[in-house]
Amino acid sequence: MGIYDLLFWVLSAIAVGCALGVILSRNPVNSVMFLILTFFSISGHYILMNAQFLAVVNIIVYAGAIMVLFLFVIMLMNLNADVEPQKGQLVQLAGVISGGVMFLVLLAAIKTAVPVSIDTNSIDIGLITNLGKVLFKEYVLPFEISSVLFLSAMIGAVVIGKKEPLTQEGEV
Amino acid sequence: MLLLQIDTALIIEKLILISAILMVSLGIAMYATWGERKVAAIMQDRVGPNRAGPLGLFLPLADGLKLFFKEEIIPDRSTRFIFILGPCLAMLTALMTSAVIPWAPDFITSSGHTVAFQVADINIGILFVFGVVSLGVYGVMLGGWASNNKFSLLSSIRAASQAISYELAMGISLIALLMMTGSLSLREIVQQQHGFWGDGYFTWNFFKQPVGFIIFLTCTFAELNRAPFDLPECESELNMGYHQEYSSMKLGFYLFAEYINLFISSTILITLYFGGYNFPFMDQVAASVSPLLFSIICMLVLISKVVGMILFFMFVRWTLPRFRYDQLMKLGWRSLIPLALANMLVTGILILWVFKSH
Repeated sequence: MGIYDLLFWVLSAIAVGCALGVILSRNPVNSVMFLILTFFSISGHYILMNAQFLAVVNIIVYAGAIMVLFLFVIMLMNLNADVEPQKGQLVQLAGVISGGVMFLVLLAAIKTAVPVSIDTNSIDIGLITNLGKVLFKEYVLPFEISSVLFLSAMIGAVVIGKKEPLTQEGEV
Repeated sequence: MLLLQIDTALIIEKLILISAILMVSLGIAMYATWGERKVAAIMQDRVGPNRAGPLGLFLPLADGLKLFFKEEIIPDRSTRFIFILGPCLAMLTALMTSAVIPWAPDFITSSGHTVAFQVADINIGILFVFGVVSLGVYGVMLGGWASNNKFSLLSSIRAASQAISYELAMGISLIALLMMTGSLSLREIVQQQHGFWGDGYFTWNFFKQPVGFIIFLTCTFAELNRAPFDLPECESELNMGYHQEYSSMKLGFYLFAEYINLFISSTILITLYFGGYNFPFMDQVAASVSPLLFSIICMLVLISKVVGMILFFMFVRWTLPRFRYDQLMKLGWRSLIPLALANMLVTGILILWVFKSH
């Protein structure tokens, strides 16, 4: 077993362990921290696949920005283990069933998927120059469409977040 | 096992380099606290620290000793683990960034072995810096939340929203710079700024991206939580800020991490915009002295530029009053981001039609 396999197994163990921690811990702040650790171990996997750019962008966007916002909301709403609403039995059952169905679909998809092997010896596969060329030549249309999607989401957020103008009576 | 095939000489070399850089960062951060008080004193026509040693030069040591011997208090209602984790994270992220900074040109020994004065030359160096900076907010946020104090929480929320808002403008101003350099590696960015004058124009990026530099500098002030953007720790509104419940060396870690951040951010600014270790007439100097001496001269040039930058940060802190919170947000979202976008657009147009370099 080489250093590559060793790192792979260690990272996978951390990723799975932390992902379990996210759903098992009672305190929402601990969940967020487990999720951050999960992102770090996934970034480690990206680095093993020579995709440094993807790894670091994963850290910047998910661990650095989105999780900060998660933490933000949790802190503002002061969610603690004691105030967490307890779901009824029926809701829990529904959750288990839909989760199980989702798992089944995933399993079916993975079963028929053809594994793509990554040549870990080619150093420049995930570098930013190659990534940029692929994104802007082969996948330029999906890339641009997804950016328009982001733009519309952003505008939507601005519209929702805008203050309502005062009505004629001077009341909202 | 492949583990045994690692070049031990390289590991030892890097370990020495890492410890040297850490020592230098800690030393400069220590004396930055002294410098801050001296600068404040001079600007306010006072004497400043002058008790501990000549010119008060032993003051940082006395400060450190004092913090170490103070009683350690962990509040009863705090979340203990996260409370302790907070200052650790602040310190960790402050020290991590120095890994990708090139401190001097490579030095080739007589036996042909190349010694690089950079811990890791990764081809996404500047993104690494960005990633670590974006993680830096966790130390403040978790510490403020875990203290279970309203003022700490308010302060940490302020710090986080300020950091996120200004990271955007910072990133966009950086994109304009990266479009010109065509590389994300800090080593290459520095090498492109060789000397001071070349091809009929200045080589330093400051002269190519003046607007970008000003945006980047402003955002650095905000990211460092320094005046005029020191809202997370404004005493008049929040008592002390996110580290209100901290005592002893945990408080010391927070305060110290800020000064390390100041040093590292100044280094990044110098590396990106003021040529890093490059200086005018460096070729003539390189030809007349031994390679090792040349590397040391380059390192000293970098350090003196960084000290100048730190002094600039201090002058600003003791000159400008603090912004109001809504002014801070307006400046970030309504002025800096549109300005950075316009700068990026103009840079792109110039590269495409005037210089035709890409």
